[in-house]
Amino acid sequence: MNRDAPLVLGIETSCDETGIGIVRGTELLANAIASSMDEHARYGGVVPEVAARAHLEALGPTIRAALDEASVDLADLDAIAVTNGPGLAGALMVGVGAGKALALSLEKPVYAVNHLVGHVGADLIGDRPLETPSVALLVSGGHTSLLLVRDLDSDVELLGETIDDAAGEAFDKVARLLGLPYPGGPEIDRAAVGGDPDAIRFPRGLTRPKDLDRHRYDFSFSGLKTAVARWVEQREAAGEPVPLADVAASFREAVVDVLVSKAIAACTDLGVPRLLLGGGVVANRRLREVAEARADAAGIALRIPPLSLCTDNGAMIAALGARLIMAGHEPSTLEFGADSTLPVTDIQS
Amino acid sequence: MLLAIDTSTGTSVAVVDLDGGILAETGTNDTMRHAELIGDGIRDVLGRAGVRPADLSGVAAGMGPGPFTGLRVGIAAARAFALGIGRPVVPVVSHDAIAHAWYAAGGTGALQVVTDARRRESAVTDYDGLDADGLPVRFAAPRLEPRDAVPAPRGIRLDADTVSAGSLGTVAELAVAAGRLPIAGDDALYLRAPDVTPSAGKRVLR
Ligand SMILES: [Zn+2]
Repeated sequence: MNRDAPLVLGIETSCDETGIGIVRGTELLANAIASSMDEHARYGGVVPEVAARAHLEALGPTIRAALDEASVDLADLDAIAVTNGPGLAGALMVGVGAGKALALSLEKPVYAVNHLVGHVGADLIGDRPLETPSVALLVSGGHTSLLLVRDLDSDVELLGETIDDAAGEAFDKVARLLGLPYPGGPEIDRAAVGGDPDAIRFPRGLTRPKDLDRHRYDFSFSGLKTAVARWVEQREAAGEPVPLADVAASFREAVVDVLVSKAIAACTDLGVPRLLLGGGVVANRRLREVAEARADAAGIALRIPPLSLCTDNGAMIAALGARLIMAGHEPSTLEFGADSTLPVTDIQS
Repeated sequence: MLLAIDTSTGTSVAVVDLDGGILAETGTNDTMRHAELIGDGIRDVLGRAGVRPADLSGVAAGMGPGPFTGLRVGIAAARAFALGIGRPVVPVVSHDAIAHAWYAAGGTGALQVVTDARRRESAVTDYDGLDADGLPVRFAAPRLEPRDAVPAPRGIRLDADTVSAGSLGTVAELAVAAGRLPIAGDDALYLRAPDVTPSAGKRVLR
């Protein structure tokens, strides 16, 4: 096996994106994605069974699309990397079954890798290598996690995570209660145009002094969602108009404020002057703006991979697999399963 | 020579050849650990049969019916393996394997195959012997019935909790040899829509 710049195909099926990526070392060759988001839109959120069915249908065509895009043959691959958690169990299992079988059919090794660490691995792709230690804030519809990455292939620590809804889920739920379609993130953004982010002071979860003792780097968004619902109900009960733009902007500000505050606090507390953003919610421009401004003010170098590598994708999984190979790690044995709650410390299973 | 995979009940994998029969087979009726077992299962049968992936002419896939989460593991594996060797997938109704094994062991007449479909339902397929090519004749397609109200069989009722990938591969090899493909559709036999209702949505505030 080529350990200097291994050609790796990565399979990602942890949520609603079927992602197949191909890298050669740290060079991106293909990033093919099939999303079942349109199907979930009918239901107002990701439905695990719908996602799993869609993965099964999309896997073959997406693998072929990635091979075409990269202009490589399966026989050229050095290894297969596959997400085995965390995520939706039934969705993960489709990728795990396919990843093992593909590796066996090619008589090539397989690396089972952690989805969250994969998000950090997205930043390996390209010319500027990821510097460590770094704090990583990963925000999507499926997770909201703050990591300390000392060494990407051997030392990743979970600083905190959401104790209820993921940030992306909060966007979806608030969008729904405001009568906006799924997915909520872009809809809230659209609705917030011209709104005053300071119009309504919505609560920032787990930021009070007594919460900070136990949950310094944890997040909570369910109270925020309830606060928005109550505020809207009270307005309606009083027969007053609901200022949609102000509600959307103020809600978004509360989410962004708590995400960025905790991430910057982690960097400052730990003396780590680097922050990486990842996950689909990075598409939110207000999040990027606030993160840039506050990182700048605190002297923290902020890194944000291209959006196509922030949302769930196979390239980040391939990149992490390649990194493990380059660092000399042995392949996974074939017994690994799908682990919906795989801890972030299990970089490779 | 085919690799055959079925995860509609437990996890079963085999290497099957029309002339040589079932060269190797491994299986468990563990209804949970499909993703964990599938890789070792494939490696094990290839090793015992002394077969390299490139020696295979295709992959037989058990398409169900069966509990979805496990069923998909085998179909995904079959498709990925076939892609890797550049050979076709041969979809097979999993109940056909049960029926074929029963008739091959000397059973005659009408046969009703019944497997667990969870949620107090059974998956049921009715057969009427083997045809001239040795393939099971389905006279009623796979369907779901309430577990405690499965219609009385015309002949013998066979409750099964395992599907042999060896039998599945045998059915596929017979169909290939007889030029009878396809003998099953390309889609998993879910027989049940995803258990969700579309969002009612709410009024738009604007
Ligand atoms: Zn993700």
